[in-house]
Amino acid sequence: MSPISRRKLITTGLAATAGIGGLAVAARLARRYGLIPPDHGGLYGAGETLNYAAQRLLSSRSLAREFPRGMISKAPFANAVAPPDDRFKRLQADGFTGWRLAVSGLVARPGLLSLADLKGLPVRSQITEVVCEEGWSYVAEWIGTPLADVLNDVGVLPQARYVAYYSADRNWWDSIDLAEALHPQTLLTWGMNDGDLAVGFGGPLRMRVPRQLGYKSVKYITGLAVTDSLKHLGTGLGSPGPEYGYTWYAGI
Amino acid sequence: MKKSYTFPRALFGAPVARILWYPAPVSAIHSPLSPGIPRHFAVVRLTHWLTVIAFFALLISGIEIVISHPRFYWGETGNVMMTPLFTLHIPSSRDTVPTGYGYVMPDQNGWSRALHFQSAWALLLTGLVYCIFIVWTGHLRRNLFPAPGQRTARAFWNVIARYLRRAPADESEAHSYNAVQRAAYLGVLFILFPLVIWTGLAMSPAFNAAVPAAVNVLGGRQSARTLHFFVSGALVLFLLAHVTMVYLAGFRSRMRAMITGRASLPPELP
Repeated sequence: MSPISRRKLITTGLAATAGIGGLAVAARLARRYGLIPPDHGGLYGAGETLNYAAQRLLSSRSLAREFPRGMISKAPFANAVAPPDDRFKRLQADGFTGWRLAVSGLVARPGLLSLADLKGLPVRSQITEVVCEEGWSYVAEWIGTPLADVLNDVGVLPQARYVAYYSADRNWWDSIDLAEALHPQTLLTWGMNDGDLAVGFGGPLRMRVPRQLGYKSVKYITGLAVTDSLKHLGTGLGSPGPEYGYTWYAGI
Repeated sequence: MKKSYTFPRALFGAPVARILWYPAPVSAIHSPLSPGIPRHFAVVRLTHWLTVIAFFALLISGIEIVISHPRFYWGETGNVMMTPLFTLHIPSSRDTVPTGYGYVMPDQNGWSRALHFQSAWALLLTGLVYCIFIVWTGHLRRNLFPAPGQRTARAFWNVIARYLRRAPADESEAHSYNAVQRAAYLGVLFILFPLVIWTGLAMSPAFNAAVPAAVNVLGGRQSARTLHFFVSGALVLFLLAHVTMVYLAGFRSRMRAMITGRASLPPELP
């Protein structure tokens, strides 16, 4: 076998330099246009980043499929979790009249919203599918206030990039980018199939993010925080999920 | 010996051409099988082993994900409140799934899902490189599409019959794929892999929002999941047949050919 020629060495060197340079430019552009998810580090960061960047580039405005009324599942599966605590049970006994949604962070008018306040904002209903990462799914009609209308009501400041949302269960929170938060189908849901949203399905208030898997649709929502960075929330990965291997972006 | 691949050589010059198909710019698979003579292109060998790694990662993580819900449905929706199309009688990693087993497996879905998608990207990019390469160099047209004498059912059945008789392969098969091999490779490349990617993407809620027809024509999300399971099974069957044939054809020499690019022992260095 012949030794490596000088020309081949130079060509390979140039190709490698061009490749590394190209990657560096791509990384800069990706950061600038918000294509890097908060959990981009680690062993599976590359796949997560490609998933998120592909969605941002190719389908950030697309609408989740909506179904005809006849396709609403007769037996939806609640995947119920235990109601968080005694305080929750007291609110439940009171018909959730005392339930409050705290809105904070980069908004002009932070404050507390009751369920009645939410119902006073524009109401939207949609028949969409809940898709669990395990593989199962069901279709239901979800009735609620688009998150976009709540955010418009409180006035989002220009530097906002993410919206974090918190459950009454203190260890349960998540976040989405502003495009997903302002998406017309992202719904603060308080009704399901022409009735109140049952506790098993996340009542009295559940975040529905129909273009992502069920685990982004956090139950028992009590707080919203609009932010420009997820670094200072929790461990900085956008939600507790990534610590257990569950990616922040769950569109796949 | 026919001189091939003038186009990329003219475009990039000899050094790049040499990197692409080390060791020599000759049609590797047409070369007579003699010691030290190239059999597989460097790009083919590299993409082959990358595919092996990605496929095993996809297979293991895919099995782990199935364990969290070993029930399959047809149509748009399916969950434990509904009648499944069929059930795998294995334990589950979720206590919400009735399995008949008295215990719940540990949850492995987090890393399994992350590994599954990362490997899918790796497989997709590897496949793209491979496809561009085989079209560009004519490997597809010359060595994978059925050769003129191989385009009849008779030629196909002759090979099957020979396999069944366990008769030795004829001389040409030492350096060229037979009718059955070509059909199998083309089927995996242009039917099974596209199908497994399509049915997999049809389970992504974001992809379904972008391209609703991709899931609707399959009959719904649960149909896509069930089809994904069966297409994966077909790929595993191909893998078993492939490894069996490699074993029967001479495991050491075929492995050496796919690792070093040389069909047999290289000549001793002077």
